[in-house]
Amino acid sequence: MAEMGLVDIHHSVVETEATNRGYERGLIELAERGTDIIVMDADLAGSSGTSGFRKRFPDRFLDIGLCEQDMIGTAAGLALAGKCVFVTTHGMLAAGKAWDIIRSTICYGSLNVNICGADAGLSAGGAGGSRQSLEDVAVMRTLPGMTVIVPTDAVEARKATVAAARTPGPVYIRFAAARVPIITTNITPFTIGQAGVYRQGDDASVLTNGVMLYEALKAARLLEDDGLGVRVINCHTIKPLDRAIVNRAAVETGALVTAEEGSTIGGLGGAVAEALAQSSRPTPIKIVGIEDRFGESGEHEQLLSHFGLKSRDIASAVREVLSRKRSLEGRDTEAARDRVQ
Amino acid sequence: MSPTPIELRDIAKVVRRDVLTMLLEAGSGHAGGSLSSVDILVALYWGVMRVRPDRPSWEERDRLVLSKAHAAPALYAALARRGYFDVKDLLTFRKIRTKLQGFPDMHKTPGIDASVGSPGQGLSIANGIAMAAKRDGRQYRIYCLMGDGEAHEGQVWEAGMTAAHHKLDNVCAVIDRNRMMGDGGTEDIVALSPLQDKWRTFNWHVVEIDGHNVEQLTAAFSEAASVKGQPTVVIARTVKGKGVPFMENKAEWHDRKLTEDLYEEAMKALA
Ligand SMILES: Cc1ncc(C[n+]2csc(CCOP(=O)(O)OP(=O)(O)O)c2C)c(N)n1
Repeated sequence: MAEMGLVDIHHSVVETEATNRGYERGLIELAERGTDIIVMDADLAGSSGTSGFRKRFPDRFLDIGLCEQDMIGTAAGLALAGKCVFVTTHGMLAAGKAWDIIRSTICYGSLNVNICGADAGLSAGGAGGSRQSLEDVAVMRTLPGMTVIVPTDAVEARKATVAAARTPGPVYIRFAAARVPIITTNITPFTIGQAGVYRQGDDASVLTNGVMLYEALKAARLLEDDGLGVRVINCHTIKPLDRAIVNRAAVETGALVTAEEGSTIGGLGGAVAEALAQSSRPTPIKIVGIEDRFGESGEHEQLLSHFGLKSRDIASAVREVLSRKRSLEGRDTEAARDRVQ
Repeated sequence: MSPTPIELRDIAKVVRRDVLTMLLEAGSGHAGGSLSSVDILVALYWGVMRVRPDRPSWEERDRLVLSKAHAAPALYAALARRGYFDVKDLLTFRKIRTKLQGFPDMHKTPGIDASVGSPGQGLSIANGIAMAAKRDGRQYRIYCLMGDGEAHEGQVWEAGMTAAHHKLDNVCAVIDRNRMMGDGGTEDIVALSPLQDKWRTFNWHVVEIDGHNVEQLTAAFSEAASVKGQPTVVIARTVKGKGVPFMENKAEWHDRKLTEDLYEEAMKALA
């Protein structure tokens, strides 16, 4: 897929970087281009990715202390007065602690506030379950008018940050503190709401985002050895979901796996299942993620294994949906035979 | 017999050394805010609180809610040294499948009275326990250890009003007043001063002491126990990173990774 400008992860050394860093670069780029930007943080500039911005543009930076709720409320006021605002804190604090304020002030007023969840997913590692945010996507997705994005790598994180500044209404973007593989390049297309097909295949599709995209590409490669063609789709925008690409994957491949570094309830898997359950084509789906539980302490990589989020886990999920697809096809053929007789 | 102040100081040193070893082993964690809390925890667990380490869930025990949950290393080390679990377990802090999670989990660690994570939430929990204790006619006291930056959180002040309104004199809040948070000094980021006056106008009994002086700490806690009809807040003046010269009063040591060399240097300072 040369036109996508992807890194050949199977044949080259894959570089890694925390997606927080891409956020930082995106913020600096916006300020350099003259955007009337205000970046806010709640005493986490050291880890969230805003400290570089603070150094370059101290006048455009506001550290509000451990006042996440006040930060979101103040951001609403800044947005009302015409500023392009980015607020930053840990994923579950951004999405969870101030949820009612995001709902009743930001979303109710459709305000242009960009809410950035740093250290999200399992990337807070050793800090464990209370700090890891596995529910942020689900709780943000349910809010009217909220755009929800999970970038796959630091390069895409930069693009998402810049694109969010130009998107009307509230946007939630989730970043990782841990180093994750870099898959995309500056020329890889990125448009909010448009998923990208990163690998072609007609037997099954994996819809994914964040660090799981890398695992999905590796899983597709594993399955190729078994003679299976697996389509891999980068669903960086969970809301609005790219229904056209999702439906096409359902129709053309007939078996879907979703994979995310978050709860299996209400995230990307939920979004895809909701869309397809109401389409004309019921399709076997398997949702890979973390099942109704908190995270725990450990290194990020160890945790991905511990929670069954590695390429081998995605590959076995693909085999499972394929067997369900075959039994459905079997039933279809039987039904057709019955009709003929 | 309660340990003497000199014994308490020796215990505090051991706990500080444990904290550093845990952080080196884990490769992450919060040094500054753990070290500033050590003397408070030692004064409480050895000199003040009625606890039975062999029966962590003894009904009549005094409780501690670690609202500044990132000081978990200090609490774990104190609990281990107090006999709640094996000191060797400290080396598993933050590692996969450990009982010593990054932030306290009461279902995994003996001696933890409440699972906590986000700062700002502990005082409400302490109030709830205190209300239940009053209803049930129980005599135990509830301590809530908070950071000073933590007092930025609105919930702290909601809980402050609740405790005073309900006359929760069995609650004793302790503020680790190290004047530092993650990104810098509290007074530079969002000023908290005058902190004593704030709590007084919220109808709390306020005591301010040197938070590294175990005698002053113990005296403050007994004063708190004697105050009736009002909750007490002990404002403990501390130094973030206390005991390790290169960490003292340095915001970056809030959660910076400890290297082998710096660890050696720190352990020398605590020899
Ligand atoms: C609600 C919430 N806000 C922020 C954080 C991240 N965080 C943890 S501790 C801390 C700084 C706390 O400062 P302070 O209360 O003064 O603690 P100390 O200086 O004693 O370490 C921050 C920003 C968090 N875990 N939860």
